[in-house]
Amino acid sequence: MSGPAATTYRRASRPADRRLVGGVAAGLADHLGAPVLAIRVGFVVATWFNGAGIFAYLILWRLLPLAEPELPAGLESASRRGLRSGRGRIGAVEILQTVAIGAIGAGVLLLLQVTGRGVSGSLLLPLLVGLLGIALIWRQLDDVAWQRWMRQTSGWAFTARIAAGVVMVLVAGLFVLTQERGFTGFVDVASATGIALVGIFLILGPWISKLLGDLTAERRERVRSQERADVAAHLHDSVLQTLALLQKNADDPAAVATLARRQERDLRAWLYGDEDDHGDSLLAALRTAAVEVEEAHHVTVEVVGVGDAALDADVAALARAVREAMVNAAKHAGVGRVDVYAECDGRTAEVFVRDRGAGFDPDQVADDRLGIRGSIVGRVERHGGTVTIRSAPGEGTEVRMQLPLSASQEAPA
Amino acid sequence: MTTLRVVLVDDHAMFRTGVRAELERGEGVDVVAEAEDVDSAVKAITEHRPDVVLLDVHMPGGGGLEVLRRLEQLGSETTFLALSVSDAAEDVIGIIRAGARGYVTKNISGPELIDALGRVAGGDAVFSPRLAGFVLDAFAGTIEIAQVDEDLDRLTEREREVMRLIARGYAYKEVAKELFISIKTVETHVSSVLRKLQLSSRHELTRWANDRRLI
Repeated sequence: MSGPAATTYRRASRPADRRLVGGVAAGLADHLGAPVLAIRVGFVVATWFNGAGIFAYLILWRLLPLAEPELPAGLESASRRGLRSGRGRIGAVEILQTVAIGAIGAGVLLLLQVTGRGVSGSLLLPLLVGLLGIALIWRQLDDVAWQRWMRQTSGWAFTARIAAGVVMVLVAGLFVLTQERGFTGFVDVASATGIALVGIFLILGPWISKLLGDLTAERRERVRSQERADVAAHLHDSVLQTLALLQKNADDPAAVATLARRQERDLRAWLYGDEDDHGDSLLAALRTAAVEVEEAHHVTVEVVGVGDAALDADVAALARAVREAMVNAAKHAGVGRVDVYAECDGRTAEVFVRDRGAGFDPDQVADDRLGIRGSIVGRVERHGGTVTIRSAPGEGTEVRMQLPLSASQEAPA
Repeated sequence: MTTLRVVLVDDHAMFRTGVRAELERGEGVDVVAEAEDVDSAVKAITEHRPDVVLLDVHMPGGGGLEVLRRLEQLGSETTFLALSVSDAAEDVIGIIRAGARGYVTKNISGPELIDALGRVAGGDAVFSPRLAGFVLDAFAGTIEIAQVDEDLDRLTEREREVMRLIARGYAYKEVAKELFISIKTVETHVSSVLRKLQLSSRHELTRWANDRRLI
């Protein structure tokens, strides 16, 4: 189910839950809409040309941000507290596949090497070892840890960094002191300065980066406290109000059940996002209608949906007819439960409203009874759909509504 | 009728108390142990060898999925019925695929729960309307679930029909009447859907790799 078209600039990122090495290939595949296999093969092939593929991969690795999968509040918290498991596992097939591609790539690389067209032999091995080292370290330090290491102002990481910085500055100084050779030593001085700058950056860098980081952290903290306020407001608006209502209605079991159910539905939608409305869709409309009917008539309306359709004029009419059918069932069936099932396959939308109640003889319904004739059958048929009503006294009732979807909805949402 | 021995696994003590009271009010169910997280669940189940485990989807230590995984590694043959408030399609389908024989929501009534326990214990599958909807979505590929892959075996037309009727709120015997088949046949179809859900080629491979700590 895709959300509404994003109006903001689309940014590539590396999906944290689907990465094999750095997540670059998976991220690019998502961004370009290409199969991840093709991207991986692309990187390997590019590597045959002076290692361009590997360098591109490393650069993208540093530049693309790591993206944790976005989950509804409840699921995210459940994941964090370890209440769920096994999210976003990478299949064995994918791993084998990638290893195979890598092996073939390495083989071709070696072949190039043998024929003497590759990188010079003395460079190849150190280069490969170096790249492997970088990949290993980056995977360990990925993003968060990396930033933390660069920002620490105490502990072993801090000591190591300071030591490295001091050594570099010293080396640079020694360079200059031992090589007083006028203009010929210009290059040496330049490189010495370079080394010194790197050293000084290693020493001072953390404070600079910390300053910048604190600004970001402060901004993030502000957002977080706003979110907390939103949570509090939400709990106040929903749960607290419901609890108050429950106490007031304590002697009316039907009302209590309805209130509890409405609150449950509301909280669940908020926590797990499974019932959030994807903009204007048939399912969203049906769920809203179900809540309204539940509240007005003190029955349970269970909505199950498979697929969904955008709410154009025809579908909106269907939704209104379904609502009418729910109301009918709630009013006349005399039972506490109505089942609604909606299925959209991209060509037709089909909705069933069913109760196990009193039932009636469809042939006996007077023509002037507006409920069924006008609001349900007529409404759906005007929009090109069909309605079948099955009922018999004592057997419950099922209203089946079917509506062809317009061509623009070909692809299921 | 023999008494069903049930282990109750849920991290909310209040909920456990409620369910235990409801189960013991009815006939034929004996709650032999309770557990509140993955470790205690595995311990209780291996110790008591119950007929059915009533398993919460979300709980400390990795959730119901982790309990299923560990017991499978121990070679246990216990039957599981998942129950949850979460209703996140991904987690529900995940736990079914890991071996649970059914899924019910926590607002299920006592008698219905006892009935469901009896049915899973007897080797049948228990599909609530909601689960039937998830399953249809999973097979249609309209659901975004990491654990569901493309190479699920297709449902037969009859299996789809049965799933749709269950999603429409039909009980098994109503499905049977509607399709002019016996309840036993309905159960066979549901079990077959469950098997297809649990045994796709990739799932098998993942399990194989998992067991050997390749992933």
